[in-house]
Amino acid sequence: MNKKRSFMNSIAAAPHIFWAVLFIILPLLIVLYYAFTDSDGHFSFSNIASLPSYASIFWLSLELSIIATAICLLLGYPLAYIIAKSKPKTQKILSMLLMLPMWTNLLIRTYSIMAILDNGGIINTLLGTSMQIVGTKGAVIFGMVYDFLPYMVLPIYTCISKIDKNMWEAASDLGCNTFSTLTKVIIPLSRSGIISGVTMVLVPSISTFYISQKLGGGTFELIGDTIERQFVTGALNVGAAISLVMMILILISLTVMNKFGDSDEGGIIV
Amino acid sequence: MAKLIELKGITKSYDGEVILNSINLYIRDGEFITLLGPSGCGKTTTLRIIGGFETADEGELYFDGTEISDVPPHKRQVNTVFQKYALFPHLNVYENIAFPLRMKKISEEDIKKRVTEMLKMVALVGFENKSVSTLSGGQQQRVAIARALVSHPKVLLLDEPLGALDLKLRKDMQNELKTIQKAIGITFIYVTHDQEEALSMSDTIVVMADGEIQQIGTPTDIYNEPKNAFVADFIGESNIVDGIMLEDKKVRMSGHTFDCLDGGYDKNEPVDVVVRPEDVDVVKPENGMLTGIVSSVTFKGVHYEIIVDIKGFKWMIQSTDYVAPDEKIGLFIEPDAIHVMKKSKYSGKFGDYSSFSDELDTLSDADTAEEF
Repeated sequence: MNKKRSFMNSIAAAPHIFWAVLFIILPLLIVLYYAFTDSDGHFSFSNIASLPSYASIFWLSLELSIIATAICLLLGYPLAYIIAKSKPKTQKILSMLLMLPMWTNLLIRTYSIMAILDNGGIINTLLGTSMQIVGTKGAVIFGMVYDFLPYMVLPIYTCISKIDKNMWEAASDLGCNTFSTLTKVIIPLSRSGIISGVTMVLVPSISTFYISQKLGGGTFELIGDTIERQFVTGALNVGAAISLVMMILILISLTVMNKFGDSDEGGIIV
Repeated sequence: MAKLIELKGITKSYDGEVILNSINLYIRDGEFITLLGPSGCGKTTTLRIIGGFETADEGELYFDGTEISDVPPHKRQVNTVFQKYALFPHLNVYENIAFPLRMKKISEEDIKKRVTEMLKMVALVGFENKSVSTLSGGQQQRVAIARALVSHPKVLLLDEPLGALDLKLRKDMQNELKTIQKAIGITFIYVTHDQEEALSMSDTIVVMADGEIQQIGTPTDIYNEPKNAFVADFIGESNIVDGIMLEDKKVRMSGHTFDCLDGGYDKNEPVDVVVRPEDVDVVKPENGMLTGIVSSVTFKGVHYEIIVDIKGFKWMIQSTDYVAPDEKIGLFIEPDAIHVMKKSKYSGKFGDYSSFSDELDTLSDADTAEEF
């Protein structure tokens, strides 16, 4: 009985395992292979050794993505709170509005931002100015915030709306006004949502290349651009090495963040 | 005892459905009052209005003589023990209890003193640093009580607080709650659908049904002098028989004229007559005021539960003597065992045991279906 069941289970799991091996494990191994070989296919540490020269790009990427994540959190938490506190019907409409931009391709959305911020763009035309917005850090951060805000709001919204109604009432009963209910009870209880949101914004922000390419106006380069450039120019080995280190760094930071989250509240799994 | 809380004409409806229909009630300082009724009778809504979690559509709510309908919960001197405790999972036992004191910005020293005092009262000394999620249901309950009492409210609201506990623990907690209430001497307003709990703990019971108060009284009043068929049936077991009040102290039912102690009715007024199962004596058929055929006998430990068919109406009798099914028996009822009630909208709906098991089924369904 048991044996039969486990056999059936493995049959059912087979396509997924096949998929995982082919499209996740295998590519990772390929990355690993390229990272530790030179262009002739010989084992080498030279790629890894060349990484310190990219440190300044890495720090810039980190800086911009942390700022973007912080802005997303500051904008996203109140928004998530407002949605979660509104009537069920309003909740549906508001979360729909939030999701709506995500139906458009990320690249197209980034292009539209470009059209808005550009020299001859909507903002400058309306103001009758010729401010150089594209090509500044601000424009890149704006793009990151615009593109990834929903990823911050949704997990926090889900988390807040799952908090037992009794918690709000208990807080109010025990002497909290609206503000202290938020700070003493609701924010601590939505910690796992915050951690998910931060992860889901920080990770794509730090590794993005099209946002910085389009909105950075070619004036500066983020780590995602660097990786892309390596692959486009055929420098597979260095590209692979940077990717590998990035993956390891992200993995470490996720592990650290999850330590602060409630393990059973299902944030982002590592 | 002075009136502490007063509800005047409190009315509340949700989506056009009337939950509370003009409730008038006052609660005295220091009493243990229980709102008792089946699911959906409006007892929890009444409690939530007093706590400040709901606002009445109409009517006034007074606390110590002041109208408080618009006062938010955190400004009322009323605290609640929630049905599912609502302990804060991100805080340990100590911090949960200290929570309301911290909101009042009390000094750390006083907080420690008062939390320790509370922990002693609910017998949880040594649990300070435990996470609340590791506690058993009974322990969580105690933390909830301690947290609600630590800021010395004038009134404690308890919404079916023992519902989630098993029978043994529930009995212990009943005693403990009563002891705590006596010790600190504040008002407890307790909501339950369990009539036994209500009878054993309360100074005053308010029986509610269909958004209306059916009766207010002491446990003995409610049990011995129910006002209508609903109350008689809901509190304990009752045989409720159609009768005719021939004159004062004479009531006729099931084809026999009984002496009773009630009076003040019109001549030949139709009434409901309540006879408690434990007040009926089983005698030989020739000595009985009524005779009937035993349709079933169930052993209940302390007594036998006997269902007797008397002219098509099934009576329940509790007797320590065994009788066999299909046996013909006589029933003897003392005058003080008969309680006469005015006819009400609940007449004829309760008190016949012909569909006993069905009734139990629907009751338990209703309990699980509706909890709010």
